[in-house]
Amino acid sequence: MANPAFPRPDMPGPQPVAAAKVGGEAAERMPLLQTSGGEAGDRVFQSAITACGLAVLGVLVLIVYELVTRSSLSWHAFGFKFFAASDWDPVSEQFGALPFIYGTLVSSLVALVIAVPLSVGVAVFTTEMCPKMLRNPLSFFVELLAAIPSVIYGLWAIFVLVPLLSGYVQPFLAKTMGWTGLFSGPPYGIGMLAAGIILAIMIIPIISSITREVLMVVPQHQREAVLALGATRWEMIRVGVLRNARAGIVGGIILGLGRALGETMAVTMVIGNRPEIAKSLFAPGYTMASVLANEFSEATGDTYLSALVEIGLALFLVTIVVNALARVLVWTVTRGQPARGHA
Amino acid sequence: MPETTAAKTTAKTTVPPISLRRRITDRVMTGLAVLTVLLVLAPLVAIFGYLVYRGLGSLSWSFLTQTPKPVGEAGGGMANAIVGSLMILAIASIIGVPFGIGAGIYLAEFGRNRLGSTIRFTADVLNGVPSIVIGIVGYAIVVLYQHHFSALAGGAALAIMMVPTICRTTEEMLLLVPQALREAAYGLGVPRWRTTLSIVLRTATSGVITGIMLAFARIAGETAPLLFTTLGNQFWNLRYDQPTAALPLQIFVYANSPYEDWHRQAWAGSFVLIVLIVTSVAAVRYVVRRGSFGAA
Repeated sequence: MANPAFPRPDMPGPQPVAAAKVGGEAAERMPLLQTSGGEAGDRVFQSAITACGLAVLGVLVLIVYELVTRSSLSWHAFGFKFFAASDWDPVSEQFGALPFIYGTLVSSLVALVIAVPLSVGVAVFTTEMCPKMLRNPLSFFVELLAAIPSVIYGLWAIFVLVPLLSGYVQPFLAKTMGWTGLFSGPPYGIGMLAAGIILAIMIIPIISSITREVLMVVPQHQREAVLALGATRWEMIRVGVLRNARAGIVGGIILGLGRALGETMAVTMVIGNRPEIAKSLFAPGYTMASVLANEFSEATGDTYLSALVEIGLALFLVTIVVNALARVLVWTVTRGQPARGHA
Repeated sequence: MPETTAAKTTAKTTVPPISLRRRITDRVMTGLAVLTVLLVLAPLVAIFGYLVYRGLGSLSWSFLTQTPKPVGEAGGGMANAIVGSLMILAIASIIGVPFGIGAGIYLAEFGRNRLGSTIRFTADVLNGVPSIVIGIVGYAIVVLYQHHFSALAGGAALAIMMVPTICRTTEEMLLLVPQALREAAYGLGVPRWRTTLSIVLRTATSGVITGIMLAFARIAGETAPLLFTTLGNQFWNLRYDQPTAALPLQIFVYANSPYEDWHRQAWAGSFVLIVLIVTSVAAVRYVVRRGSFGAA
C-alpha cells in the first residue's frame, strides 16, 4: 500500500518530494512498470486497436459501396423490371434475374424441407434421448459435416449422388408422385432436386447445432414438471421442450436458409446451370450465386458485368435480412443465458 | 419422510394408466429420432469413405510433384496448385489475423459503448455475407486496380472472410479472462496497453488461436471467392501479383471436365485438401498446447 511510486495526495502519509524521480527509479527496478512511457503507449495502443475495430465497419461499407456503384449501370437500364423479367441474353444485352431468383428460392426451399425434420430430430435425440456417453461424439460428427469444403460436396454429388438419383430415386419418385407435376420429366440426376439435397446436407449441421443449443437452455424443471403430470417422454419433449424453444428453432432454420441462399460451389456443380423456370424439380435450373460463379470472370461489356453485380447486391441484401432475423430469434430464446455454460 | 407419504396418498387415488396409443406414439417418435441420426450420419460416412477410397487410390508421387498436363493428356499433377493454395492462405492470414485480433481486443476491452455494439453487429453481418459476393469485392478493389488477376486479390478476399470469425472468438476469449487479473496489473502500475497485450491476451492465447484455426479451416476450402480473383494457372507461379493456381479451383475445374483422368485427380486433390486442413489445425493446436500456459 505504501508504495512511494504511487503517491495518493488525498491520503495522509509521507509524500515524495520528486515523484517523477522516484517513479523513474521504480521503473528501473521493475521492467513492467514503465510509468513514463505508459500514457503515450496507451494512446497509441488505443488508437491502433480502435482502427482495427473501425476496419470491420469499413469493410462492410466498402462492400456496400462497391456493389451499389458497380451495379448502377444495370439499375438505370432496367430498374425494378430487372427482378421481374426472365430473359437472360448477354448478346442483345437484355437481362432479367427472375430465373436465378426462382432457382435460388426453390433449391433453398427443397433443402429446408429435407433438412429441418432431420436436424430437429438429431438435436432432440442428442439432448433428450441418447445416453450421455454418446452425446458429445454424436454432435461432433454432425458438426464435422460443416468442416467439409463446399467444392468437395460438389465433387461427391457429381459422382455419387447424381448417379444414385437418376438411377433409383428419380424413377421411383416419378412413378409414385409424378401426378403432382413436381417429379416429372427425364431423370437426368442433375437439376433442382440434386441441388436441394446437397444443400440440405450442408445446412443440417447449422440448424441442428443451434437447435441443440436452444434445447439446452430450456430449464430442467420444465421437463420435470411435465413428466410429473404423467406424460410419456415424447409428450414431455413436445409440450415441455419443443414448445418452449420454438422461436429459437425457427431462428436456427432461418440461419440455415441464409447459408443455403448464398451457397455457390456445390450447387453450381449439380444444378445444371440453365436459366429456365420449370415446375418439375427434375429440370435443370440456375441460382443467383451460380450465375456469378460461372459468368462473372468471362463477362464482356459493362452492362453485362453491371447486371451480374446487381444480382450480387440482391443476394447480399437478402442474406443480411435473413441473418438479422435469425439472430434476433435465437437471441430471444437464449437471452441472458449463455448456451456455452450448459454444454 | 413427508414426501413419501404424500406420494403414497396420491398413488392411492389411482393415476389412470398410460394408454396404448400414447405408449406407441412415444416409441414411434423415439424410433424416428434414431432414424434421423442414421440418415444424417450416412452422407458423412459416405463422403469420407469416398474421399479415402477414391482420393487415396488416385494419389501418386507425380500428382504431388508435377504441374498439370495439357488438356487430354494423361498424367501430371497439382503441385503448383498446392503451393499456390498455401501462398494465398498465407497472404490471407497475414492480412486477416492482425485485424481480427485487434478488432476482438477493441470489442473486449473498449467496446462497451455504441460503437462497440455497432462493430459487433457488423462482424455478425459480415459472417453471413455469401462468399461469392466477397469475391466480387475482391475483384473490384484489387483486380481492377492491378489490371490483372492475382494471388493478392484472392488473399484479400479470404482475409475479409477471416476477420469476423477471429474478431468474435477473440472477444469471447478475452472476456473469459478474470477481471481481477487486469486489476492486479493496474494495481502494480502496469500501463493499460501492456496489461492487455502481455497479461490478458497472453492468458487467452490458446483460445484466440483456436479461433484463428476455425477461420483458417473455413477459408482453406473456399472456392467461390477465388474464381475471379486468383483465376487459376496451369504453371508455376510464386509471385503475389500474378494469377495463381489454387487447390479448390483446380478440383472444381477437373470435376466438371469430361476426362476420367482429371476426375481421379479431382478426388486426389480433395483428399490432399482435407488432409491439409486437418493437419494444419492439429499442428497449431499441438504447438499451442505445449508452448503456452493458456486458459481454456
